[in-house]
Amino acid sequence: MELNELWFLLIAVLFTGFFFLEGFDFGVGMATRLLSRNDLQTRVLINTIGPFWDANEVWLITAAGAMFAAFPEWYSTMFSGYYLVLTLILLALIGRGVAFEFRGKGKGEAWKKTWDAAILIGSFVPPMLFGMVFASLVKGVPIDQNMEMTAGFSDIVNGYSLWAGVTVTGLCLLHGLNFISLRTVGELREKSRVLAAKLLPMQAVLMAVLVGWTVMVTDLFERQGILLTAAVLLGAVAFVLARHFLRQGREGWAFGMTGAMILLTFVSMFIGLFPRVMVSTIDSAFDLTLYNAASSPYTLKAMTIVAAVLLPFVLAYQAWSYFVFHKRVTEKDHLEY
Amino acid sequence: MDIVDLGRLQFAITTIFHFVFVPISIGLSLLVAIMETMYVVKKNDLYKKMAKFWGTFLLINFAVGIVTGIMQEFQFGMNWSDFSRFVGDVFGTPLAIEALLAFFLESTFIGLWVFGWDRLSKGVHLACIWLVSIGTILSALWILAANSFMQQPVGFAINNGRAEMVDFFALLTNGQLLYEFPHTVFAAFATGAFLVAGISAWKLLKKQDVTFFVQSFKIAIVVALISSLAIAQFGHGQAQYLVATQPMKMAASEGLWETSSDPAPWTVFATIDPEKQENGFEIKIPYLLSVLTYNSLSGSVPGMLELQAEYEKTYGPGNYIPPVRTTFWSFRIMVAGGSAMILLALYGAYLALRKKLEQPNKRFMQLMVAGISLPFIANSAGWIMTEVGRQPWTVFGLLRVEDSVSPSISTGEVWFSLIAFTTIYLILLCLLAYLFARVAKKGPDMDSHGDVEDLQLQDPFDRVRSERYGA
Repeated sequence: MELNELWFLLIAVLFTGFFFLEGFDFGVGMATRLLSRNDLQTRVLINTIGPFWDANEVWLITAAGAMFAAFPEWYSTMFSGYYLVLTLILLALIGRGVAFEFRGKGKGEAWKKTWDAAILIGSFVPPMLFGMVFASLVKGVPIDQNMEMTAGFSDIVNGYSLWAGVTVTGLCLLHGLNFISLRTVGELREKSRVLAAKLLPMQAVLMAVLVGWTVMVTDLFERQGILLTAAVLLGAVAFVLARHFLRQGREGWAFGMTGAMILLTFVSMFIGLFPRVMVSTIDSAFDLTLYNAASSPYTLKAMTIVAAVLLPFVLAYQAWSYFVFHKRVTEKDHLEY
Repeated sequence: MDIVDLGRLQFAITTIFHFVFVPISIGLSLLVAIMETMYVVKKNDLYKKMAKFWGTFLLINFAVGIVTGIMQEFQFGMNWSDFSRFVGDVFGTPLAIEALLAFFLESTFIGLWVFGWDRLSKGVHLACIWLVSIGTILSALWILAANSFMQQPVGFAINNGRAEMVDFFALLTNGQLLYEFPHTVFAAFATGAFLVAGISAWKLLKKQDVTFFVQSFKIAIVVALISSLAIAQFGHGQAQYLVATQPMKMAASEGLWETSSDPAPWTVFATIDPEKQENGFEIKIPYLLSVLTYNSLSGSVPGMLELQAEYEKTYGPGNYIPPVRTTFWSFRIMVAGGSAMILLALYGAYLALRKKLEQPNKRFMQLMVAGISLPFIANSAGWIMTEVGRQPWTVFGLLRVEDSVSPSISTGEVWFSLIAFTTIYLILLCLLAYLFARVAKKGPDMDSHGDVEDLQLQDPFDRVRSERYGA
């Protein structure tokens, strides 16, 4: 494998990992409004992701950093092209991040209500907007011969991208609900499992329509028909199994299945894009690919060595942190937030 | 304002705000790590209480530092895409490594530290906070490696119209980095130390939890003293290095239009007229600039006009003189702030040594409270001098600011994000100050959720009854 391809793969892994991990903590953030009856339950919910959300967000930061280093043209075109969308995502993430830490340290009901709202909005907006960004990315945006993206409103906000946004948001919510039923006891555990089971069919419809829509408006299936069809079939299996496991109350497996749906969604997207990283609607000659957008071979090599040395440690201690906090959170625990 | 000015303003605001929180994180995590080490070694619960109390400040601040940091990373692509295209090959690498090596370390182990008090053994828990501390320092190392490249580009070659990396290790052995990194990291240690010392002084003035805060003050003042001396030492080295590598920045920070006499005097105060390119009223100390620059009683320092002529020969026509007043005064504010920190730390250490903290010298303790602001003022001034003094370059000698900006964005977009982020930063700053004051007021025997929880844990009918019958 060439280093350009390796780095495309790594960035795909980082983004997919981000949606898998932060996906459930976005979901938990959204579910705070749906599940909790009182402040204590809200605190339990937030504490289920307490030790993790921060490191989960670093997957996004690392994905952006890796884009900058390995594909500076991609980073430059995309980040300046989606200027307003990224601004909104950042504002949402800022509000959400401090909300977890702040809500328990101030005084009074209004204080907590404000931060609860920040958690809700901050957990809903990023997956929605990221869904829209990636949908418009595969559908194509106007990119000229200088690799400048000049997207108008309708290039980013349209039926297809909105549908994709809702679908990604729904996936995160579902994933989060399964995480909650995996990490809590009693009422919360039960309620989140029931709600997940209810949302599952709706999510299947959202997903099916998105797949059909993708076949119509993008060239992903033309380019990678066999692989993407396989991914769709696997996704369908994951839905059926998720339903089965939710009914049986096997929460770990159900969580694994919603995770698989997220993985399949984003992996399919990157497979369909390959070897492009951004699609130009002006002329396919202006597409950004993992060759014309890349850093020099020397830089890619240096980065590869660094990543090969560091990644095993990063993955090991992150896995360890999940192991340390594998016990369920109860109302009797020390609740930090 | 055009898009370049707006982008610069946004960069300045983002960087200065972010660099309010970052030094607190670096400094406080070191102090908390020291406190927890003392707890594990001395087995005295007082130190555990200290780690938890000061850890609360760390956590509040950490959240803000992280979220403002994302903007710091994203804005290179958003506002400065031509810069990112030109130097991404070199500049992106330290940023990616920063995320991979430092951010993951900090964020994972701070989570383990907060939630792991009852689940990890003492030794492992202690290791967590040290890893957080190391993570914050590594983060500074890599971001400063990137910044040092902008000050003094090394290890690259211009190919295909962009700077491409040819020597990775040159980035890490960049002479600029060897001064900038220790100077900045010690400034961060001092920021945390003056915060802890200042809050302790405030509590000692009120005679609350005296044992606890005397001990906190002692640890903090030791760190403050070592750090503020080290800042001066490395700052001095950096200034000398500056004369060799970025003489224009040095000349601007001295308000030196004409090349100085030999020996060169140091200007304490000057009214600067950038239009006429001369100074009006000046106060000078003889010999001092020669001493500061060359460690000797002789030697002249090149002035801006001479350098301007030289740069025009090398880089073509243009104005290579940075905003002189800003550079001159930010340098003086930084030095004054740093000097005041050394004096405060020295006297504080003297009081601690003479065991006079229990009956505090009121005036001095009030100064220590006010002293919390000193590192922030000096830090900001230092960054302003470094970044403004580099103008008109983004990457010294290679890329100008006006060629760095994103071509595809509109002023309206930048205005929107500028206003939105500035507003949210101001709100965050106020909230941080409010929460710091609140946690400090409650003292070490706090319980963060205490206020609201009692009400909600009660049976609602009980509350009605108790209100009605007063039971």
